[in-house]
Amino acid sequence: MGAVAQHPLVDVRADFPVLQREFSGRRVAYLDSAATSQRPRQVVEAMDVFQRHSYAPIHRGVYELARESTDAFEGARERIAAFVNWDPACSIFTLNATEAINLVAYSWGRHNVGEGDEVLITEMEHHSNIVPWQILCEETGARLRYVPVSDSGELALDQLDAILAEGRVKLLGVTHVSNVLGTINPIAEITRRARAAGAVTVVDGAQAVPQLPIDLAELDADFYAWTGHKALGPTLGMLHGRRELLEAMPPFLAGGHMIKRVERESSSWNDLPWKFEAGTSDVTEAVGLGAAVDYLGAIGMDAVRAHERELTAYALEQLPEVEGLTVFGPSDAERRGGVVSFAIDGMHPHDIAELCDREAGCIRAGHHCAQPLMRCHGLDATTRASCGVYNSRDADDRLVEALGKGREVFGL
Amino acid sequence: MDALYRDYILDHYKNPRNFGELDPHDLEFHDHNPLCGDELGVHILVEDGKVKDLRFHGQGCAISQAAASITSEELIGMPIEEIERLGAEWAIDQLGIEISPTRRKCALLGLKVLRGATTGDPSWPE
Repeated sequence: MGAVAQHPLVDVRADFPVLQREFSGRRVAYLDSAATSQRPRQVVEAMDVFQRHSYAPIHRGVYELARESTDAFEGARERIAAFVNWDPACSIFTLNATEAINLVAYSWGRHNVGEGDEVLITEMEHHSNIVPWQILCEETGARLRYVPVSDSGELALDQLDAILAEGRVKLLGVTHVSNVLGTINPIAEITRRARAAGAVTVVDGAQAVPQLPIDLAELDADFYAWTGHKALGPTLGMLHGRRELLEAMPPFLAGGHMIKRVERESSSWNDLPWKFEAGTSDVTEAVGLGAAVDYLGAIGMDAVRAHERELTAYALEQLPEVEGLTVFGPSDAERRGGVVSFAIDGMHPHDIAELCDREAGCIRAGHHCAQPLMRCHGLDATTRASCGVYNSRDADDRLVEALGKGREVFGL
Repeated sequence: MDALYRDYILDHYKNPRNFGELDPHDLEFHDHNPLCGDELGVHILVEDGKVKDLRFHGQGCAISQAAASITSEELIGMPIEEIERLGAEWAIDQLGIEISPTRRKCALLGLKVLRGATTGDPSWPE
């Protein structure tokens, strides 16, 4: 308790005005940050100030205002890249994490994966790291395989080794942190094994970047995708890639800005990262994401991680107090992020979420865009509570209270 | 008493009527609510153009399961062409509770699979 109480993070709640709202006479308990995080006023203000004072077309204007706008855009990219320790020239803005993964599937996958090859993903992937590979395999005749997940919610790394050892895996897709089980996968270890087997790695970092200190140079993935809207920022995706791969890849989307020169019959491509940024970019969103990483950086990602680990440990301790409640995923908070999925005997997740809403508790019910994982656990849906920098133990206490009341409504 | 989870709703959820498989059957349909993963299927036995017997099967929230259970009791003996004309309001009236827009799909899943089985049209309600 002491660690959290003394933590500077308890003060950040004032930066999130939405958390002051009341529903049914109670202050909102927002526990759905794994779906989307709330945005601090610093992010909202940075976007507002940019739009009021500095907005102009980027990269081509010769006037002062356009230079200012371009500097804001490219400056944001540099700070975002530094936040995860990667080369800004190899850090591409995309629509969202889904588009970032699709960029790899289309640009790299369609030129490097063929019949007889294998694409290996895991049973704990979000649909965004499953469906692009299903389509790639269907088109190329490659085979899609899965690394199993154990009952305790961990990847079966011995199976990973066994499949890699067969020598046909061209690409390995793996999530850094599971959006359902919370499992933190040992990415540096996985990318090392994949590289030794000649496979390119695509890591889905959508849940990881908001809550863990990320050093991409250390993780050594070939591609790493994430999204701003789960990291206190606006909806804007990031794809970080290895330079030699990005240079060898053809463009994904084609049109303005991604070219150097357009002839009547052919064109040449712009330098990285702009080769992969066709058309007009979301300049304001990039500025907002720059402000979000500034905000997280000022708190310090070690502190963010410590805070969320503490809250998760508390949730793992308190939730089983509710009768008939089962928690999924690793039991050790050290090995998981700030996501706790659970089920209650005799109550469907949808009803649990509805009953929590009456106490102004915002939690998620459903398949969490991870239907293959649900089926592995014999489930159609779970209820999920996920924390953010702005949560405190109070939200978990309120959740436990709401669940108890919900059981009473159901006569349990 | 709870406005949504009334005693009879919970009773139908916990003890659903006419649930299971029905073999042989003449009509069948299966669908799901992509929002929350609720699944529901129906088997219908037809005699003289009317429902002789039917069974729902699946799993889901209290609202979707109770809706199927409650309507099942009204359907036995109903002419098939009458089922084809049943609308959303009928299904919600059967439930007898106020349904918020977020739970509407749950409340209508039962009628959706019934209409799928009788009309072959999987698109209702748009």
